[in-house]
Parts: sequence; structure tokens; C-alpha cells
Amino acid sequence: MPLPRLIPCLDVAAGRVVKGVRFRGLREVGDPVELGAAYSEAGADELVFLDVAATVEQRRTLVDVVRAVAERVAIPFTVGGGVRSGDDAETLLAAGADKVAVNSAALARPELVTELAERLGSQAVVVAMDVSNGSVRSHAGTAESGRGAVEWAREAQERGAGEILLTSIDADGTRNGYDLELTGAVAAAVGVPVIASGGAGCARHVADALEVAQAALLASILHERPARLASLRAELRELGVALRWS
Amino acid sequence: MNVAICAYGAGNVRSVELAFRRLGAEIADDVERADLAVLPGVGSARAALAGLRARGHDKVLRARVEAGRPVLGICLGLQLALEWTEEDGGVEGLALVPGRAERLRAGRVPRIGWAEVDGRDAFWFAHSYAASTPAATRWSEGIVAEARHGSFVGVQFHPEKSGPAGARFLAEEVRCLSRA
Repeated sequence: MPLPRLIPCLDVAAGRVVKGVRFRGLREVGDPVELGAAYSEAGADELVFLDVAATVEQRRTLVDVVRAVAERVAIPFTVGGGVRSGDDAETLLAAGADKVAVNSAALARPELVTELAERLGSQAVVVAMDVSNGSVRSHAGTAESGRGAVEWAREAQERGAGEILLTSIDADGTRNGYDLELTGAVAAAVGVPVIASGGAGCARHVADALEVAQAALLASILHERPARLASLRAELRELGVALRWS
Repeated sequence: MNVAICAYGAGNVRSVELAFRRLGAEIADDVERADLAVLPGVGSARAALAGLRARGHDKVLRARVEAGRPVLGICLGLQLALEWTEEDGGVEGLALVPGRAERLRAGRVPRIGWAEVDGRDAFWFAHSYAASTPAATRWSEGIVAEARHGSFVGVQFHPEKSGPAGARFLAEEVRCLSRA
């Protein structure tokens, strides 16, 4: 198995990194290229950029961000938010992204996952899901999808998803730890890698998540501070997590 | 030193291009005449091979290898260079290297993430198939990480996305070519 991965998540809107995150209001905190490069230097294994205000007008801005990130950063990164078609995804990959993440659009039209996998290969297709009480919610957590997390993860895999990015809405922002029960259930149900997301407050939480998932998404625990990523990596090594030496 | 990257309608051409630019190499269009031809790869084998053949890259790459001129295959680019791949129900490859690509059957698939190669530096992998070839030269967790056959070098990992370790790998390849 490849080494466990730490993946800082940057929420972007109109070409800037914003905070307040996906389930609340937004405040601008920085430049995605600079922050992405700093995380890369601090030992990030991958990056995720989520366009949290994805609108048609902003697609061009997002592609510009992807192009600029690819120029500066030589580690893999995923882009999500507003990907609705194979063409959207291909544009992002051609600009230098390695994977695209789809969430609400895949719930609305599950065939999208198959289309993306056929065009880009499964390794480039991440199905992101936001889960509350075992149920998948769409549109940044605001709407019910009528699907269970395990059931949707299995279907996503069958349709060609190469990874599952699993966010617990209940744990997100609490800093009380990842939802290990949910993460474990989804990881046991699929054969593709699972990225745990939501709830990290300390190194122990991340270490626990990496026992059941192949990667951990890091958002509020880092507070957009690359130095925190470096210290977190050191703490995780002390806890016996075999992270990559960069 | 100039490098031409085979574009065939899919793949991460730009990332590969940027990685070589960072090393100071020039990017050329002519796959036939460049000092180094790179066969990148992301996507599915059948579509990629159709794209390569439609653009005549298959013949150019074969001629290069026959003339002993360097070709670097990355990820799917290594798998396409083999004789056959199990992907998409079985597809004939470019046969620049003996062997075949087979679906990974252990661990989580796709195999995504950083993994050590020959117990040393970790590189980034993202694949569901891997080479089975007598030309293997480096390994990662029992999986072929690199194969060399004549003037062809293929790697299963993505040096262009493997941070400093990847840059060192590419710099070493470029250095060897410049000396040759």
C-alpha cells in the first residue's frame, strides 16, 4: 500500500482562498498559488482546491488558478466544485490538475462518474460526498439526496470512481475527531482509496483516521498555516504514522 | 537539450512540460527530431493508442527506439509501450518493450499515492494496471516502477508530480542524455 497521505484542502472563490468553509459564510484569506506552494514545501502529499462559489462566470478564473498552481507546485492536486461534464473535467486536467472531484453533479446524474472515468481514467475521478447521520447530502450539505453513504460509495465505485472523498458534516469544524465509524464503514464497503474529511482537531485524530482511510483531508486544523502542517507531520511521526519523507 | 512531448488528445502534457521547463530543458514540437521524446499518459489505453496512431506517433516512436534515440514513457506511457495491455478488454501496445500490462489485483485499486521505489525515495503513483516485463529495472512494493529496454525508459510513477524526488529523477535522465 502506498504511504498514508495528508491533503490540505483550500476553499477558493473568485480566484482567492476563502475561509468560513463550505457549510458557512466566506472570508478571503489568501492566494491559492502561494498557499499551495507553501503547503507543498511543508510536506503536503497532495492538495485539494474546492471552488466553493462555482458559477459559470467563475470557471475561467478557476482554470487560471489551476494553470498557475501547476506552474508552481510539483505535487498532485485535485480540483472540485462545479464539474458537470467531461469537457469541464478535461479542461481542468489539461490545465495541470491531476484529478477532479464531483459531488452534487454526480448525485444528480450518476452517469457523469462513468463518463469521467471513461474519458480520464478512474485514477483521475474522485467522488466527494457530504454525509450527515449516514445519509448523503447535496449542494454543500443543504439538500437531501435520499442516498445512504455506503450505498452511494459502492455505486460510485461501480461507476468508475477512483477515490472517495468522504466528509462528515456532523464532525466538520467540531475538532472532535473524524467520524471513524462512518469512514470505517465506507472504507470496508469499497476497494478504492478513501480520503477522510471533517473533524480533525489534533494529530491523534489524524492518526486514527489514517488507520481506516488511506488519506486525511486537512482544513480547519491548519488554519491556512503551512507551518502547522509541518508540525503536524512531526507529531504524526511521533505517533508512529509512516509518512513520506520529502 | 530539447524535449518533445507526444500529445494525443488526452493526458497531462502540461504538467510534464512544466517539469522539464523547471530543469531548463526546451520544449520542442517535433517528436521525431527532439533530443528526448516523452510519451506521457493518463487516461485509458484504447483511446490513448488510437490517438497516438492517428497522429503517427506510433511509427515515430518505433523509429526512434530502433535508431537508439531516447524515449521516456510515463505511467500509461510505459504501459502503452509494452506488447499488450489487459485494459479495455485487451489492446495491442506499441511493442517498444517486451511484456504486458496487467490489472493490479492486490491492495486498493487504483493504487494512488506516494510509494518508495527500491526502498528509497517515494514517488507518486496513480494506476490500476502495471507492467509485467523482463525489462524491469526498479520496483515499488513488488510492482514494476521502471523498465529499460534499449533507448526506451519507462516509469510507472509520475516524476512530474513527485516533488523534489521526481525532479531529481528527471534531472538525472536529462544529464545522462546530455552526456550521451
